[in-house]
Amino acid sequence: METRVYQKEHTLSFLNLLKSSLKDIYSSRFLARQLTVRDIKAQYRQSYFGFLWAFVMPLTTAFVWIFLNGTGTIKLSDTGVPYPVYAFSGTLIWSIITGAINAPLSSTKSARGIMSKINFPKEALIISGVYKLLFDSSLKILLLLVFVFVYGIGFQWSMLLFPLAILGLILFGVTIGLFITPLGMLYNDVAKMIGMGLKLVMYITPVVYAIPKTGMMHAIMSYNPLTALILTTRDTVLGTTSGFTMPYVWVMLACLPLCFLGLVFYRMSIPVIVERA
Amino acid sequence: MNKINEHIEKHNDDVLVRVEGLSKKFCKDLKTGLWYGVQDLFSNMRGNIHERLLRPKEFWAVKDVSFELRRGECLGLIGHNGAGKSTLLKILNGLINPDAGKVTITGRVGALIELGAGFNPILSGRENIYNNGAILGFSRQEIDAKLETIIAFAELEEFIDMPVQHYSSGMKVRLGFAVAAQMQPDVLIIDEVLAVGDLGFVLKCFKTIDQLLPNTAMVFVSHSMPMVSRICNQIILMDHGIVEYQGADVGKGIDLYYTRFANNDTNVVFDDGSIKLEQVKILADVNDLGLYYLNWCDDFKLELVVNNLGLDELPLIEVTIYDKEQREVARFIQQCSNRKLIKGISIITIKHDKIQLSKGIYSLSLTINNKRNNTPLMRVNNIASFQIYHDREVWSPFLLDSNLELNEL
Repeated sequence: METRVYQKEHTLSFLNLLKSSLKDIYSSRFLARQLTVRDIKAQYRQSYFGFLWAFVMPLTTAFVWIFLNGTGTIKLSDTGVPYPVYAFSGTLIWSIITGAINAPLSSTKSARGIMSKINFPKEALIISGVYKLLFDSSLKILLLLVFVFVYGIGFQWSMLLFPLAILGLILFGVTIGLFITPLGMLYNDVAKMIGMGLKLVMYITPVVYAIPKTGMMHAIMSYNPLTALILTTRDTVLGTTSGFTMPYVWVMLACLPLCFLGLVFYRMSIPVIVERA
Repeated sequence: MNKINEHIEKHNDDVLVRVEGLSKKFCKDLKTGLWYGVQDLFSNMRGNIHERLLRPKEFWAVKDVSFELRRGECLGLIGHNGAGKSTLLKILNGLINPDAGKVTITGRVGALIELGAGFNPILSGRENIYNNGAILGFSRQEIDAKLETIIAFAELEEFIDMPVQHYSSGMKVRLGFAVAAQMQPDVLIIDEVLAVGDLGFVLKCFKTIDQLLPNTAMVFVSHSMPMVSRICNQIILMDHGIVEYQGADVGKGIDLYYTRFANNDTNVVFDDGSIKLEQVKILADVNDLGLYYLNWCDDFKLELVVNNLGLDELPLIEVTIYDKEQREVARFIQQCSNRKLIKGISIITIKHDKIQLSKGIYSLSLTINNKRNNTPLMRVNNIASFQIYHDREVWSPFLLDSNLELNEL
């Protein structure tokens, strides 16, 4: 029989903690799926337009930029591909990154009530957050594919790498999310700061406009790690090359150990969160 | 099946729950508590090796609790609201970490702390069985296999596909319990969840618990002393985080619990001013709890000193005995000829030979009514309390003295 010990001191090594975290992720896969199904069903059951809402958000953002660009209100540098596709792919990829950053905090927050009553593998909350994100994103990706074909870009072999690139984005976002969740559970300020910060960061990331050829913005955007994520992911859909593939790979390689660290930090923080939040 | 039994017997003597010097502190102030939380997050990363002392605005919610539980044993955890019972349960369940001491739990832990966790009100009862089951740690196959049993146990065949938000609270609890009852835990932690629901449901819960008990180490928190005395074979009485009584004498723990509520304040409900109660005395000695005490079958004598201000004759005097749960247990009827009551002070003595109440603490209430039209003149609650001593712990209010005759035909 399994023996559990609860005490103040913990002598478990990082590797042991990581092992039990990964074990819980595996053993709670049904719970994660069930939570996802529950939330998606509940979200759409009490709604007439249902899945349509998943399309509306990225579409409106994209339309705003298409409008601003089309009417000449703002002058954007040439993106190399039809602007609507550029803008829509950018907002879509951006929404996946922000979604992934917010997912751990929001799914942990929504389970606050049961966390203080029942002991279950909290890792399932993270996984269920990722599932929900994947579900929402897949609907938007369908829409993006429509754009790609309508604007005559057509099928690219690199598209096969697109799902992989998306998973990379989610890994990146969830890693950040895991580190902010414990503090975010204690203070509501954290969620507000992240929300505001991300809005600002979007403007130094080539989401709806390309990197300028020169100037300060060129430097800022080139050093922004999110630039590599956005551009490389977009490359896979549009078949372009932006030269940020290696930075993307480096970011991913850094994320993998950081994500493990995040999982351990999250796991260790849960009792404190349950007690205080 | 045999194999399972062997397995259980083999481990029968194993201590499943071992709690050693467990302490937990909480913070009285939210903002300070959050800040301590941030500090704890980081000391957590460094292994928490330092001893934890009280920081400003903190208090011990649980202090230095130790016990052991084996399979088949049940520990009753009683005490006032805020005594630290639920905190202790949360630590046992691994939800929060102790600040000192150690808990070692062996086997699968089940907790009946909240029923129906994970229910989504919009979804149907059937869908929510899966949600709740998943959180309790069941696999899909297990729930599939037990689905019909769960629905039948909850007696919700007719409404199982209705959204849970349209369920009555009793139906929700029934469904939640039906899912939880499928657990086969080695250690079961029960908080005051069984208090809700109708009588039929409560009986069903106890049947389930009785079935689980032989193979389970149980920790049972309740404010219902009859339930505690029925199930538990060990007891811990807590007060402000500290263990006041701990031991196998469940009855003693329960008595101590009740004396904490023994308020000696007499409470005048009604008084029309025609008669005044000056003094109340039970003719018995006072014990160290400050209560009059009598042995079972002693003669009971109650003295009421009254000051008659405006009555011509002795009114109807009714004294009622309440038990510690404020249930009416008995009333005295008096044989008394219609005597005149003089103005001023008189002593009224009520005498009852061989009082056969079972052991426990009782309180008395007094009602004085006008003899002719039965209108109330005075009503006073809790005029006096007393304790009856006897060796036997029983839940019936009376132990009636009797003889057994054996006749051979």
